[in-house]
Amino acid sequence: MTVPTTTGAPRADRTVPPFGGFSPGLVRLEVRRLLRNRRTVIFTVLFPVFFFLIFGLNSAYASNRIGRGNESAFIMISMALYGAVLATSSGGAMVSVERLAGWSRQLRITPLQPAAYIAVKMATSLVLGLAAVLAVYVVGILSHKPSMPVELWVATGAALWVGSLLFAAFGLFVGYLLPSENVMQIIGFALMLFSFGGGLFIPLSQFSHPLRVLATYTPLYGLNQLVHYPLVQGSFAWTWVANLLAWLVIFTSGAIWRFRKDTDRV
Amino acid sequence: MKPVHDPWYAGQRPRGRTGAGMSARVPAVDLVGVRKHFGSVEAVRGIDLRIEPGEVVAFLGPNGAGKTTTIDMVLGLSAPSDGTVTVYGMPPRDAVRKGLVSAVMQSGGLLKDLTVAETVAYTAHLFTATRPPDEVMERAGITAIGSRLVGKCSGGEQQRLRFAMALLPDPELLLLDEPTQGMDVEGRRGFWAAIRRDADAGRTVVFATHYLEEADTYADRVVLVRQGEVVADGTASEIKAMAAGRTVRATLSGTDGAALRAIPGVDRVETHGSSVVVHCSDSDAVARYLLTETPAQNLEIAALGLEEAFVALTGAEPAAGGASGTAASRTRAPS
Repeated sequence: MTVPTTTGAPRADRTVPPFGGFSPGLVRLEVRRLLRNRRTVIFTVLFPVFFFLIFGLNSAYASNRIGRGNESAFIMISMALYGAVLATSSGGAMVSVERLAGWSRQLRITPLQPAAYIAVKMATSLVLGLAAVLAVYVVGILSHKPSMPVELWVATGAALWVGSLLFAAFGLFVGYLLPSENVMQIIGFALMLFSFGGGLFIPLSQFSHPLRVLATYTPLYGLNQLVHYPLVQGSFAWTWVANLLAWLVIFTSGAIWRFRKDTDRV
Repeated sequence: MKPVHDPWYAGQRPRGRTGAGMSARVPAVDLVGVRKHFGSVEAVRGIDLRIEPGEVVAFLGPNGAGKTTTIDMVLGLSAPSDGTVTVYGMPPRDAVRKGLVSAVMQSGGLLKDLTVAETVAYTAHLFTATRPPDEVMERAGITAIGSRLVGKCSGGEQQRLRFAMALLPDPELLLLDEPTQGMDVEGRRGFWAAIRRDADAGRTVVFATHYLEEADTYADRVVLVRQGEVVADGTASEIKAMAAGRTVRATLSGTDGAALRAIPGVDRVETHGSSVVVHCSDSDAVARYLLTETPAQNLEIAALGLEEAFVALTGAEPAAGGASGTAASRTRAPS
C-alpha cells in the first residue's frame, strides 16, 4: 500500500476497472429500474400473455395440427417473440431518455467505457426479454392447449430469446436517433407494423400477393420463420437467414454509427 | 463487485501547498496553449494554466467566458482544437478512468427513476475502489433522503447527490461547474462548508462560478476569464488589491480627455454628456487637476468595489485603453 507523501502525487495503486466497467451489479440495478417502470412491464410482459389468451386458446383452431405440434403452440411462439422483441427494443431505447437526462454525459466522467454501457443495456434487455418469454410459456403450460415435444419448448424459447437481441440493436439505433421521451410510442408502433409484416399476428397467407411479397422484407419476417421452424418443419428457406442477417447489419451499423456520433459530441 | 474500503484512506492526507522547491512535481492540471472552437465560434482562445496539487482555484467569469468548455476539456469530455491538456501528467480520460478526477456538473446527469441511494450505489459499481457509499452520503448530507426517488428531490438535494457521487472515487482533483446555481442561501452555505472541509483535507478543488463573493470566500487563487482568455490570475487578495483603484466624478463640459489621460495613474476616462468619470490609482492628482485647471464642479471621489473590479476585468465591453490588460499583467503571479 502506498504511503501518503507530501508531494501530493497521485496514488500509484489506482487502477482502471476490468471489462470497461461492466459488472453484474450494474445490470441488477438497471433491471430493478426497468421493473419500476410499470408501463414497460405491462407492455412487454402482460400484453403478449393477453394476446396469447385471446388468439392462442380459440377452440375453433387451437388444436389443429401443425408440424410437430398444434396451432396453439405456434401462436404461443409468435406471442413470446413479440414480447421478447418489445423488451429488447425498449431496453435499447432507454439510451434515448438517458441522453436527454444528461446521464450518458455523467457516465463519461466515470471509468465506464461506452461499449460497456451498451453491454449493460443489452444484458438488461435480455433479462426483461426472458421475463416476457417465460410469462407466455408458463401461461401456455398452465392452459394445457399448446402441444409440442418438450425439447421444442426449450429450443423455440431459447431461439427467440437470443434472436430478440436483433431488436436490442434496433432499440439502440432508434434511441440514439430520436432523443425524445416519446421514443417508446414510436417503437411500439413500429413493432406493431413489423409484427404484422413478420406474420406474428395474422398468417401471411391471408395477405394479398403484393403485400405478402413486401412482408418478406420486413425485419421480423426472417426471425419469426426461423423460430417457428423447429415446430413447423417442412422446407427451409435461406431467404429467412438472409433477411435476419441483413437487418442485423442494418440495425447494428446504424446503432454504431449514431453511437459514435454521440460519443464524439458528448 | 462491491465497493472496497481502502485502508490507504485511513491515514491523514497532508495538505499539499504550492510553494518554492516544489516545482518539480506533477501539476494537477496543466493547460498549454489550449484553444477550442465550435465551427467559427472561438470558445477558448489560448489558455495556459497550471494548477498545483492542493490548490483551491476559482474559475471566475461571466456566462459564455469559456469556463464550462475548459472544464469539459479537463474532464476529457471534449478535446481541445489546439494545445494540450494533462491531468496529473496523463490524458484527462485516463485520469478519469483511474478515479483521479471527478466532477459536479451544472445540471442534469441524474436518473429520475433511481433512488438517491441507488444512484450512489450505481456510481460506486463503476470504479475499482471507492469510499463506502454510506460515508459519502453522510458527508454530502443526503443520508436521510437515501430512499427518495431522484425525481422527487429539490435542486439543492440533487446537487448534494452529485457531490456525493463525485466523492466516491476519493479523487485527487474535484471540479465543480457552477455548483451552487439555483440553490438558496442556506443550501449554498451548507454546500460550501462541505467543499471547504474537503479542501482542507488536501484535495485539489477547481470551481467555476460567476459569483464574485464565492470566489473571494472559498478560493486560494482566482483565475479570471473573459471571452476565452485568462485576464487575471492571482490570490483573492491580489484580485482585491486591483479594486483599490478610485473613480473621480465631476460635472464638466468640454472635457479634455487627452489631458486627463496624461495624468499619471489614470486608467480610463469616460464622458457621459456633461459629466466625466476618471478611473485612476491617484485620485488626488486628478482632483487637483480638475479643480485648478478646469471649471469642474460637484467633484466626487469613490473607491472601486469588488463588483466593479470584476465588471472592469470581465465585462463584455473591454475598456478602450485595455484596463484589463494592465490589471492582468499587474496581478499575474510571477512564474
